[in-house]
Amino acid sequence: MSAALIPLILEPLLKIALLIAGLMTAAAYLVLVERWIAAWVQDRLGPNRVGIPLTKIRLFGLGQPIADGVKFLFKAEFTPTHVDKVLYFVAPMSIFMAAIAVFAVIPFGSVLPPNIFPASWDIKEPIRLVAAPGLDVGIIYVFAVGSIAVYGVVLGGWASNNKYSFLGGLRSSAQLISYELPLGLGIIGVVLASGSLRLDAIISHQAQTGVWNVLAQPLGFVVFCVASFAEAARLPFDLPEAEQELVGGYHTEYLGIKLMMYLVAEFLHMVTASFLIVILFLGGWHFWGLTGSSDVVTWPVAVLRVIVLLAKVMGVILFFMLARWSWPRFRYDQLMDVAWKVMIPWGMVNLVVVAVWLEYGDHLARGVGLSAERSITVVGCGMLSLCWLVAVIVDPTRGDKHPRRSARPTDNTLEETPRDCGPGGTEMRP
Amino acid sequence: MKSDDRNIIWIQEPRLGLAGKSYVLLFFQGLTTTLRHLFRRKLTVQSPEQRHEIPDPLIYRGVHRLNRDQQGRVKCVACFLCATACPVHCIDIMAAESPWPDREKYPQSFTIDELRCIFCGMCEEACPVDAIELTSFYDLSGKSREEMIFDKEKLLSVYDQTKDSEPMKTKRD
Repeated sequence: MSAALIPLILEPLLKIALLIAGLMTAAAYLVLVERWIAAWVQDRLGPNRVGIPLTKIRLFGLGQPIADGVKFLFKAEFTPTHVDKVLYFVAPMSIFMAAIAVFAVIPFGSVLPPNIFPASWDIKEPIRLVAAPGLDVGIIYVFAVGSIAVYGVVLGGWASNNKYSFLGGLRSSAQLISYELPLGLGIIGVVLASGSLRLDAIISHQAQTGVWNVLAQPLGFVVFCVASFAEAARLPFDLPEAEQELVGGYHTEYLGIKLMMYLVAEFLHMVTASFLIVILFLGGWHFWGLTGSSDVVTWPVAVLRVIVLLAKVMGVILFFMLARWSWPRFRYDQLMDVAWKVMIPWGMVNLVVVAVWLEYGDHLARGVGLSAERSITVVGCGMLSLCWLVAVIVDPTRGDKHPRRSARPTDNTLEETPRDCGPGGTEMRP
Repeated sequence: MKSDDRNIIWIQEPRLGLAGKSYVLLFFQGLTTTLRHLFRRKLTVQSPEQRHEIPDPLIYRGVHRLNRDQQGRVKCVACFLCATACPVHCIDIMAAESPWPDREKYPQSFTIDELRCIFCGMCEEACPVDAIELTSFYDLSGKSREEMIFDKEKLLSVYDQTKDSEPMKTKRD
């Protein structure tokens, strides 16, 4: 009894320790990578000085995250007098905890090989590399916990009692809530196709058919990608904290370790979004001819799957970081237009197409004479280009941006108005 | 301000063509620009080890110096034109009767507050005898505010240090 209980307790604890340690380190070093990429894109070198303290060894600046962390920890813990004390403390903690808790259901690999424990321990299930492997509602849990992030932002903006923070919080709540809808629509197509809410089941569905969801549902992929950029509040959708407009947005009044919690949580949102994009659409740990698709693996394959998954995630994260410098920020009405007038209709079209394909796809494919995998790819790409074309021609984002006024001053009325210039040359206006 | 205020000039957004509306072209334009810069040669100068190369020291505006004439005397004639021209009033001159026969006055003390100076070069422009000049020495630092107020001796010593690398800008004596 007791011998059988030990692995049951030990296994999740080990996974949680691995996840939290890995995530914190990854977040710290991703900040460094982000700063490097920012610098390289701007033709600079980026942080390259901090190495081992008290020596001249620089290690390409790999000590920078530690220096940053120490700096944050030793900042004076200062609370502005005008803030709402309780909420001011709760907000960063809630966003941070939510960002970590999401990773409970996100797989960071496939399974471990069987028979690594003594037979007397009586472990029948293969050990899955997820902190909570048995959770059947996986993706719903991600959504439920991920939505708490809005709380952290809104509470932080409100508690700061500052106009910029408040505006940032308001913008953010509108943005995050609007983009939850396309995010959900993008996911529903995937869930429908793979028939399970569990993320590991979604990966193994893609591995077994060999068609990644990005090929089968490119429309859903575009919708989900755009929505997850907006959910992670990354450029070109970083309206909540647009520095040029809002100083720092909702975390203007924060400093020290509380600010660090916000910043780390934001980075973890980006990591979560990258994991979800890879798992739902880019095949997770699967790669053709490399990782196989079976649930029983050997050690090399198990390790290879972890490497493939993390490499894909890293690729998506790099794309996130490059995107930051590639396109200008959307205006606020454009942001809302993209969500409500383009992404949600596209998500619905994608959902309908996937549902119809699941019902009649096999017949259609047989009728045309193509294999099911190839025809679903053709249909998916066709739908994407069709929807894109319709969106371009109909142009739903055009419209009500013009001023409502009865008499527009035309150019000649403007020129008719005499501009009296006083003796000092200053313009006199009536 | 109401929306029909005559002072408001309404601007029409530029109309996008089909390519612009589809975002595809713009998407790849943005991405290729960043990717091109990502692998381009970096312009950073690793400052303490490498020195920033000053293209033309004659037009650079760094720390001031007070020039000497050929007999080693300070060239300044204490005319106060530089102190008058200075927009931030960082030059302080005390004039005294000149011990030399070729001019009436000379500066008994001549101090420049380098912390206050904005390095605009107006003093150099104003000087009728080319006594004050800006050198190409740019990274000056000090441990106190007093240390950064340069007196006549210090300004002359800047000249002594830089006269070989940077000859006087005009050869009038």
